[in-house]
Amino acid sequence: MTDQTVEQALDLVPEAGPEAPPPRLQRFQWLGILRNASRLTRTRIGLAMVGLIVLIAVFGPLFAPHSETEFIAAPNHGPTSDAIFGADALGRDVFSRFLYGGLSVLWMSAAATLIGVVIGTAVGLVAAYSRNWLDDVLMRLNDVVLAFPQIIFVLLAVSAIGPKLWLIVLTVGITHAPRVARVMRGAAQQIVERDFIKAEEVAGEKRSRIIMGGLLPNVTSPLLVELGLRMTFSIGLIAAISFLGFGLQPPTADWGLMINENRLSITVMPWGVLLPVLAIAVLTVGTNLITDGIARAAIGLERSNE
Amino acid sequence: MSATETAGQPSVDVIDLRIALTGSGVDVVDEISVEVRPGEVLGLVGESGSGKTTVGMALLGHVRRGGEVVGGIIRIDGRDLSALGERELRRLRGGVVSYIPQDPGTSLNPALRISTQLEEILEAHAADGGQERVMARVRESLEEVALPNDDEFLKKYPHQLSGGQQQRVAIAMAFANRPHVIVCDEPTTGLDVTTQARVLETVRDLCQSHQVAALYVSHDLAVVAELADRVAVMYGGRIVESGTRDQLFSDPRHPYTRRLLRAVPDIAGKRTVVGIPGHAALPGSRPQGCYFHPRCQFARDDCRAEFPPVTDLGEGHKVRCYHVADAVHEAPPEGAGQIGKPRVGEDVVLAIRNLDAQYGDSQILFDINIDIHHNECVALVGESGSGKTTTARCVAGLHKNWTGEVSLRGTALEHSARERSGEERREIQYVFQNPYASLNPRTTIGQTIARRLKLFGRGGGREIGSKVAECLERVALSSSAADRFPDQLSGGERQRVAIARALAAEPHVLVCDEVTSALDVSVQAAIIDLLGRLRKEMGLSLLFITHDLALIRTIADRVAVVTGGHVVEYGPCEQIFTSPSADYTRKLLANTPSIEVALGHVTTPSP
Repeated sequence: MTDQTVEQALDLVPEAGPEAPPPRLQRFQWLGILRNASRLTRTRIGLAMVGLIVLIAVFGPLFAPHSETEFIAAPNHGPTSDAIFGADALGRDVFSRFLYGGLSVLWMSAAATLIGVVIGTAVGLVAAYSRNWLDDVLMRLNDVVLAFPQIIFVLLAVSAIGPKLWLIVLTVGITHAPRVARVMRGAAQQIVERDFIKAEEVAGEKRSRIIMGGLLPNVTSPLLVELGLRMTFSIGLIAAISFLGFGLQPPTADWGLMINENRLSITVMPWGVLLPVLAIAVLTVGTNLITDGIARAAIGLERSNE
Repeated sequence: MSATETAGQPSVDVIDLRIALTGSGVDVVDEISVEVRPGEVLGLVGESGSGKTTVGMALLGHVRRGGEVVGGIIRIDGRDLSALGERELRRLRGGVVSYIPQDPGTSLNPALRISTQLEEILEAHAADGGQERVMARVRESLEEVALPNDDEFLKKYPHQLSGGQQQRVAIAMAFANRPHVIVCDEPTTGLDVTTQARVLETVRDLCQSHQVAALYVSHDLAVVAELADRVAVMYGGRIVESGTRDQLFSDPRHPYTRRLLRAVPDIAGKRTVVGIPGHAALPGSRPQGCYFHPRCQFARDDCRAEFPPVTDLGEGHKVRCYHVADAVHEAPPEGAGQIGKPRVGEDVVLAIRNLDAQYGDSQILFDINIDIHHNECVALVGESGSGKTTTARCVAGLHKNWTGEVSLRGTALEHSARERSGEERREIQYVFQNPYASLNPRTTIGQTIARRLKLFGRGGGREIGSKVAECLERVALSSSAADRFPDQLSGGERQRVAIARALAAEPHVLVCDEVTSALDVSVQAAIIDLLGRLRKEMGLSLLFITHDLALIRTIADRVAVVTGGHVVEYGPCEQIFTSPSADYTRKLLANTPSIEVALGHVTTPSP
């Protein structure tokens, strides 16, 4: 998953044969990967799906016919011209609650992903670069966090401190970190062995600069893939925590919470569950398609470099 | 040589072969016509990007992904390859035509025993014969390549063999089905000279005893001189000169061939190497007219207009050049490396004393003692695994696990580079073997050098741009290279950048670790030339690590020959060649291929 494989480094005298001459690699390799990924159909479908849900979550509240907490009909009342998807278990407008309930899932997942990827990348790169006791300590600490299933870790923290949103974001991020760290360490280990890193060491370059300037720009393709992958997991986790009642508290509208609230009346009034479930499904499938596109583009870029 | 006279139909007959990139139609190779007769070895020589491997693979009916045969005929034993289907081609490969790859380490299946791999190739082509017959053939083919054929050896896996043994297994596989044609793709490139000599002998014997027509693809002219009956030189995807070995090496006519021969270091000759300026003509960026004209001193208007036709000089010697007559009268370029070698100073700049080094529990170096004087170049010569690179790494502070003393002007140095003072780090700079790995692919050349200047307090702020340009000009690169990324440069240019980066620190000692082994000979000569010039201009002392004995004559003042972690011979450069004292040095000298020796111009330095 690195930009250049070890084999390529060993291929001392590449015969410029029928395989196309190497294309220019931009300094910002990730821009090139994103550009190539955006040309793939799967990425475009994924972008459309994610874009649709983001639009609903961000601008939906502006178009909501009712307030999220207003009682408009009898509980579990069927669809009417006023409430096109009917009323929920407490008599509130399902459609309005759906339009209001998306933003929390989105921002919490995005924030958790960012925290996880930043911490994980930092740990992974430092571990890969140090190659000594520090590497061992960091990776064993990783293993400790990895030993807990992600959701158990979050629930433990929430039950100890309380259902705070920042806590959920932080713990989801922290449980992502060791998974990201493993991947980034693996990718960086191949780069660390390259001579340009040794050249900087001989010159006495600062360690922080070697990591930021030598390692980081050369592991952007696994980094992007991790970003997409962890986003998908975050969405599922955050929605699950809300569903379990540890996230946003009623009467706030939230997709995970909506599923929980309406699950008992699913046979009478399926829309209260169906709408948020569909939205979460479309969102995760979308992020997964984008991630897949990025991974393919990254591999494609590697191939064309060989 | 007697094989050349063998009459009859050629085993390989290629006429006007053209292979182009699919889509763009840019030709990779064009107008290739070669003939190889049974028992004859044709050396196909060229630098990287010349298309020699593409031609070799085409004989197996294979074109790499992205290319296709768009014209010409390839006949193997009289059969036109283009008329054969995929099934017939498969039967042909490994049967009638076989292949010896460059790197046996990757071509042998690491999960299968030697016997299984040999059995497979025999069974794939044998019409009949039971298990016993196959096993007998397996043993026979191993015996042919001088490998043991007892049960114990047959049960081994590739990783249990040395590089030379692996290559001989690959040769045994290639010869197992008694092919009529064999394509060798630089089969000795990764091997040490001693092993190389044995492998070459094996190939030559087998070709002769079984009357196999061989196409030997190589960039190494000395190897080709020792092995081939006839030689074809490729440049820019075309054969620019072909003829018998003696014609080509004793009386080369094409300007490119002549310059190429001047770039090859030779242990037997006293002359020094001279590079070829300019860029190789790669597919898609080839000039109008003769592809060599931008680098050729005889280029006239006709050369720029159209690619020259074939001129037959008689006796099979063919050249593609308009000015064959002029080229012969050219005064050979001066050997720049040796002319005015700087005077070596009295004071010792770098001293290595009683150096022992370990990797884990195993000791790699034993009691190494080397002095490098001011302005002196000391070459450390040895085969792979001899410990020469470890020595260099200890000096640079990259390898920390050593005892003994490395001192700079009398001051003992710390073990690791980080523990040394900035000034000590500045004084010793290191140039790596592989320029494809030693530059950060995400940083421009300018940024890399600017950072190095800043790190050693050699400049900063406003004038940094002109300082960088100065560093680049020092290694004969244009200052416009500063905005480029490493992958936009050729291998030779990258190595110049790596040297410029090292010299930005204005060091006194430059450690060069096999700096030319990843480069073409014409580029290698230019880099050696550059190092010689810089040494004089900047008063550098060089520790020059190499496996190539022939190369050091051009650059080194003194030589230390290393094997098994011991220095077995240490003395002035000339003495190593004229009166070597250690058996190991004599063996190295005898095994190093040489054009002069192969042609009988000089005898081997010593037995």
